[in-house]
Amino acid sequence: MEIIPILSSLRKHRIPSLLIVLEIALACAVLCNAMFMISQRIDDLRLSNGMDESGVSVITVEGTAPDQAANAIPRDLAALRAIPGVQAVALTNSLPLTDNAWENGFSPRPGEQHPVNTSAYFLTQSGDRTLGLKLLRGRLFSDDEYANGKLSSNFTAVGHVVVITQSYAARMWPALDALGQTLYSASGDSYQVVGIVADVIAPSLNINTGNRNGAYWCAFFPMAPVDGLNNFVVRSAPGDRDRIIREATQALATMEPAAVVKGRTFTAIRDAYFAGISNMIWMLSLVCAVMLVVTAFGIVGLSSFWVRQRRRQIGVRRALGACRMQILGYFQTENFLLTTIGVLVGMGLAYAANNYLFEHYEMSRMPWFYLPASAVAMWVLGQLSVLGPAISASSVAPIVAMRSN
Amino acid sequence: MIGYYINLAGRSLRSHKVLTALMVMTLGLGIGACITTLTVLKLLSGDPLPEKNGQLFYPQVDPFPADRLAAAHNKPPPIMTYTDAMNLVSARKARHQAAVALVSAKVMPQGTGAQALTQRPFFSDGVIATADFFSMFDVPFKYGSGWSAADDQNRAPVAVIADTLNNRLFGGGDSIGRTIRINDRDFRIVGVTKAWAPQPRFYAQELGGRSYGDGDGVFVPLGSALAAGMSPQQVNCFADSDVSKLETASCTWLGVWVELGTPDEVTAYRDFLGNYAQQQISLGRFHRSTIALTELGQWLRDKHVVPDDVRLQTWLAFGFLLVCVVNAVGLLLAKCLRRSNEIGVRRALGATWREIFTQFMVEAGMVGLVGGLMGLVFTELGLWCIRNQPAQYAGLAHLDLEMFLVTFFFSAAVGLIAGVLPAWRACVVSPAPQLKAA
Repeated sequence: MEIIPILSSLRKHRIPSLLIVLEIALACAVLCNAMFMISQRIDDLRLSNGMDESGVSVITVEGTAPDQAANAIPRDLAALRAIPGVQAVALTNSLPLTDNAWENGFSPRPGEQHPVNTSAYFLTQSGDRTLGLKLLRGRLFSDDEYANGKLSSNFTAVGHVVVITQSYAARMWPALDALGQTLYSASGDSYQVVGIVADVIAPSLNINTGNRNGAYWCAFFPMAPVDGLNNFVVRSAPGDRDRIIREATQALATMEPAAVVKGRTFTAIRDAYFAGISNMIWMLSLVCAVMLVVTAFGIVGLSSFWVRQRRRQIGVRRALGACRMQILGYFQTENFLLTTIGVLVGMGLAYAANNYLFEHYEMSRMPWFYLPASAVAMWVLGQLSVLGPAISASSVAPIVAMRSN
Repeated sequence: MIGYYINLAGRSLRSHKVLTALMVMTLGLGIGACITTLTVLKLLSGDPLPEKNGQLFYPQVDPFPADRLAAAHNKPPPIMTYTDAMNLVSARKARHQAAVALVSAKVMPQGTGAQALTQRPFFSDGVIATADFFSMFDVPFKYGSGWSAADDQNRAPVAVIADTLNNRLFGGGDSIGRTIRINDRDFRIVGVTKAWAPQPRFYAQELGGRSYGDGDGVFVPLGSALAAGMSPQQVNCFADSDVSKLETASCTWLGVWVELGTPDEVTAYRDFLGNYAQQQISLGRFHRSTIALTELGQWLRDKHVVPDDVRLQTWLAFGFLLVCVVNAVGLLLAKCLRRSNEIGVRRALGATWREIFTQFMVEAGMVGLVGGLMGLVFTELGLWCIRNQPAQYAGLAHLDLEMFLVTFFFSAAVGLIAGVLPAWRACVVSPAPQLKAA
């Protein structure tokens, strides 16, 4: 219908049309990649964690004399249990997202060349209950297993049982039932898998790699209260956490004058770990929003100039019987055509940019649906920003055509 | 003439205030985003020790057992065992050589009386190293100096502390000879450094420390630290071993740095390292002869010290600037073409196309410069935001003179580039039809 006259009119205004196409193409390419980066980071923020995140607080006691651990730890545990509101207390070597990684190499068969790097959590009695681990299959540790667990000289567990996460079970024995299998350490120790729990995050994600495969490769070992485990985990109702941390740090600091005592809720640990990522999300969103606004203003600017230049032509059309809707439709269609060309070029650019980033940076490939999604966004943006100039075009009175200018 | 054009441009810009504001803001945002990310990128990828550029090298050897690879592609492990590190340091084949590890040092303030009871111990970032650390890395001293090789040998309980720690513990006075209690042992202070915090903190790579931020607080001789039972931040064991006896354990935990002045010295050191690996193979300690000797700058690139996010942000900022420039070109063009009548009249009255071109370039340049000023404001705003982020490098994000000048010329250039197309379109306007239409 109107396409042919629109095209021939665009051919007369090559440079402004090219500018709109270029602007749409660049905005589309940047938008695609920025949206993809945002969504990847939102995935990180939402990383699920199979423990009671909102009820757990951690009191870290560092710098105590190692030889006094045997007496001090039971006393400290008792002091923590005595604080009103505390539901359970245990010791552990590390916690998710604390960057305090204790990694051991394990393999599903003895003597493999490439053991799987595994984050080891050592828990003392009732540690499973304190952390709120969600048992999926099998069992948790018995009192005997807790009492007999020791830390070897190279920081591995002395013992024979292990509880592993769901993802780790799938990694080690993809085709078999992991329950009852044996895990072999590089130094020749072996541990039987007695239980499988819901995925718990490792102490440290390799934040820059974008590869989250190892995030859940964790194994839990039972341990007696020994030196080297310096995180007291306290579980309570969420509302009691601040008071309990205050009282607990005070109590432990008094009993351990030589130690550095620090208390935090697990929620605070998680927030601190992901603070950089959530900032990046805000930054990227801001850039996207500003860019869309800038692009919209660009389209408005060029289109209004355009409309003004063609007032006479519009007047003639109106005088010859075109109704307002037809004039409006003309400019909307014109913008749609330009945006479509821009979007096609932009999708190519977006793909090329993603490809470059994929090869040179730790970025994954963009799923295909980002391309059509940002194309739709560009169409909507184009139609909305041309609406104003188009309406002002449609209100040009036919009398304009009769005047000399 | 230029003065007249500036006057004209000023009038024209003032007469379309909204359009002018839009162009200036657009360019300002684009320039601001670019300069902010470039400043951060420049800070993070800087040379930590410019005066030793190209002279510091990081050797690696491979002590892993035959059935275990240290890393993909048969590369040697990133850090060394105590045995290898000490062999390389005591061989003294380079101008300077030092073995380094990081510790978390618990420092006990030594107040008196009631003060002592209320003061709690605190952790300070610590370096344990051999004597050459200070001379090789040009650490500046406020009082005293580093320890001697003899102190390394005798495992003397001496320490060097940083200015900041000296202020906190001793009120900034000359504390040479005084005692500092680190990890419940007494050390005698032999030196106080001036503020020293190379960015990136290159020697901390692979040793379990952060890459940017404040300098270290405490420096202790490697042997003395082991005698005092300090344990390094990063210990990677490749065989069953007792981690409490780090001197003999099959664990890597030390980084070694050497200073080599000339290419000949580098070649000689590489040969020495190759021979060392061969010799260790014949002794049965090593199973692979792979070695590496990497220059500091290359080592930092290999280790991806600059976070990928920062580079991605820079790319994104340039994409954004491009959108902004195209937008400014569009708006300038629209404005230009709207003034076709005026141009026609000027041309008819004798202005050459060159003069028209200059006039419009002056206008575009002014938009660029004002946009640049806005860009400077946006840059300061952006850097302020970064300083308030929880990143390690947050505190470093300041605009320096160099980047300030870059911003200025950059924005003028951006303005002129954006102006070329509209100015060209303006000067090819033929006078006759315009006059007729008017």
